[in-house]
Amino acid sequence: MLRRTFLGLLGAAGLGAALGKPAHAAGAQHFQGYPGSFGVLFDSTRCIGCRSCEAGCNKVNELPPPPEPFDDLSVLNTKRRTHAWTYTVVNRYDNIPGAAGPVYKKWQCNHCLEPACASSCFVRAFTKTPQGAVTWDGTVCVGCRYCMIACPFEIPTFEYSEPLTPRIMKCTLCYPQITSGKLKVPGCVGACPVEALVYGKRSDLIKIARERFHTFPGRYLNQIYGEHEMGGTNWLYISGVPFSALGMREDLGVTPAPELTSGALATVPIVAAAWPVLLTGIYAINKRKDKIARQEEAQAVARAVAQAQAEAGAKLKKAMTKAEAEQKAAIEREVKRALEEAVKGQSQEGE
Amino acid sequence: MNTQNPAAKNSLLTPFNVTVGIIFLLGALITFLRFTKGLAGVTNLSDNNPWGVWISFDLMCGVALAAGGYTTSAACYVFGLKRYHSAVRPAILTAFLGYALVVFALHYDVGRPWRLPYPIFVQSGTTSVLFEVGLCVFLYLITLFVEWTPAALEWLGFRKYRNIIVKGTLALTIFGVVLSTMHQSSLGALYLIAPSKLHPLWYSSYIPLFFFISSIAAGLSMVIFEGTLSHHFLHHKMDRTYQSEHNEVVLGFSKGAAMVLACYFLLKLVGVALDNKWHYLLTGYGAWFLVELLGFVALPCFLYAITVREKNLKLAKYASILTVLGIVLNRFNVSWFAFNWQLPAADRYFPSWMEIAISIYIVTIGVLFFRFISTKMPIFYEHPEYREHAPHEGEEEEGPEFTEHKLHKHPQTFGH
Repeated sequence: MLRRTFLGLLGAAGLGAALGKPAHAAGAQHFQGYPGSFGVLFDSTRCIGCRSCEAGCNKVNELPPPPEPFDDLSVLNTKRRTHAWTYTVVNRYDNIPGAAGPVYKKWQCNHCLEPACASSCFVRAFTKTPQGAVTWDGTVCVGCRYCMIACPFEIPTFEYSEPLTPRIMKCTLCYPQITSGKLKVPGCVGACPVEALVYGKRSDLIKIARERFHTFPGRYLNQIYGEHEMGGTNWLYISGVPFSALGMREDLGVTPAPELTSGALATVPIVAAAWPVLLTGIYAINKRKDKIARQEEAQAVARAVAQAQAEAGAKLKKAMTKAEAEQKAAIEREVKRALEEAVKGQSQEGE
Repeated sequence: MNTQNPAAKNSLLTPFNVTVGIIFLLGALITFLRFTKGLAGVTNLSDNNPWGVWISFDLMCGVALAAGGYTTSAACYVFGLKRYHSAVRPAILTAFLGYALVVFALHYDVGRPWRLPYPIFVQSGTTSVLFEVGLCVFLYLITLFVEWTPAALEWLGFRKYRNIIVKGTLALTIFGVVLSTMHQSSLGALYLIAPSKLHPLWYSSYIPLFFFISSIAAGLSMVIFEGTLSHHFLHHKMDRTYQSEHNEVVLGFSKGAAMVLACYFLLKLVGVALDNKWHYLLTGYGAWFLVELLGFVALPCFLYAITVREKNLKLAKYASILTVLGIVLNRFNVSWFAFNWQLPAADRYFPSWMEIAISIYIVTIGVLFFRFISTKMPIFYEHPEYREHAPHEGEEEEGPEFTEHKLHKHPQTFGH
């Protein structure tokens, strides 16, 4: 029993050591993003939906040519999303109350400050770089696609047609091109003809956005999308119409994705540590209960036997004494009778 | 069964074999397509819907329905309910095969299956709930394998090794319960990271608890349900102990399931109340939620209670089927029907016939393995050389070994 308990505890300890790390990775401090990290500010009041950014992205990332050329604006008639062959798409939103004409929104990875994809990846294939980009490492990815489940912006895409070496595809903020010096700004930003996109330090972008609010009163809603959403993102958006009218989720909250699972993960080591003790305890109690039940049974049997024996002994003794007394009485009676008869005989002889 | 062609009884062309043959042929064909054309060639998965029926059914339901292994062995060895001893081996075998097939199914689903050991052996993402699921399933599969080996070793006659493993029963059982607690709940916790995608009625910070508690009900119900199936098809393989204990197992497990389902029902209500989600009950999804909660949790709970009260074993069968369906429905709701609920209908997922065929193919493999092992190895009976129970009178003559030749005559007919 002792050895089993020990083995159980050993298992728990090993598991606790293996699983203990993730709990509350975020800690008590609120992570505000890497200082000086870069991002992009998208201004929907400037975007004209020309798809130049799509073309620029396609070119610098050497993605396959699209079925329709980038100057074909009829593709804007349907709502599109990013795919393994397009890191970014622009969609047109019509008939928005309060807007003079259509409004455009560019979609790509938002490069969260605390990315859901990185938190959810069980091989740590994603990295949040101090420069701001969220990158993906193809040498470890298993292709489980949990990052796609986790991402609140539905950004990571998968090469479903690749039978053996499918990759997760998403915007890299042109991290490889910028770090190697090939590009100064991301491909989409460089291609934008109307400066709807600004590349810069995230803290500066927030300042620029606020300045625009100030400079053009009434043109913008007083909100920077991405400043706080899901803990904040390196892409930021400003707009004159509600973001929900541009298909953007406004119900995501401000909790960074890792915090959503850290509580559940924190209970794991507790289960690993407490369960073996608890279960071994239950086992031991049951075993002891059995043992005591057996002992009590044996005792009861012994008691019953002893009692029966004692009763039988007493009975026997009583019977014996009774028999003895009777015997004694019989002897006495006989002696008495013999004496009487002897006396009688003597008196008869005397007569 | 073979009224049209009695001669077919002795040939290989039994309905069972033909069905299995077709399933295997399709399975092989789709397997080939999966590894030549990619997931796009066989599935309806998309960038919006990265997880389909292979996750919803093969992983989510597979793991939940294999919970009979840890519930039964814990009841017998930890909680000291020794009269359930004969139910342990079938439950362990089912769980082992279930988990093995979960891992097998994942080889179809993930992009690079040969990298499945990577999270444990190459680079661990310890902040991921999926890492915990992976590690626990990996360790539990090994545990279940070891727990199953005594049956195989008895069959092979390796007494020494068998005795060594049997000595570790308690440690293995406790390890199994710990691992099961963690990964059953973690399968639910996978969805904690996606509050914006899962419908509020199913999303809850309690979802790990829901998954764990419901897995106990699923495990107990699977033992009852499978017991009735096995009784039908594998009766000749069962010894007196199994048969005499079976009714007690059904009643005992029904009692347990009734209580666990009642607890689960209340917890689900707490989940709705906690975040004040009552108003969602009046929507279409709310009606669907109530179907699940009332029809597949409350109703089987009630039926189980009547089963125990009236000792009505037939009712236990229906209650167990209802519970198992309810767990399947719940896992489908969380991972499929109520997931991505805000997407327009055109972007929602529906499986291709090939995805369903692969799931059927995998279940068929499981059934065949179960049948093979339970007819060859001491699963439903105790090996005469390793008895723990004193044999009942007259059992020696009626033991399953006696009917062995009968089985070998028609190994293809699954039952009469």
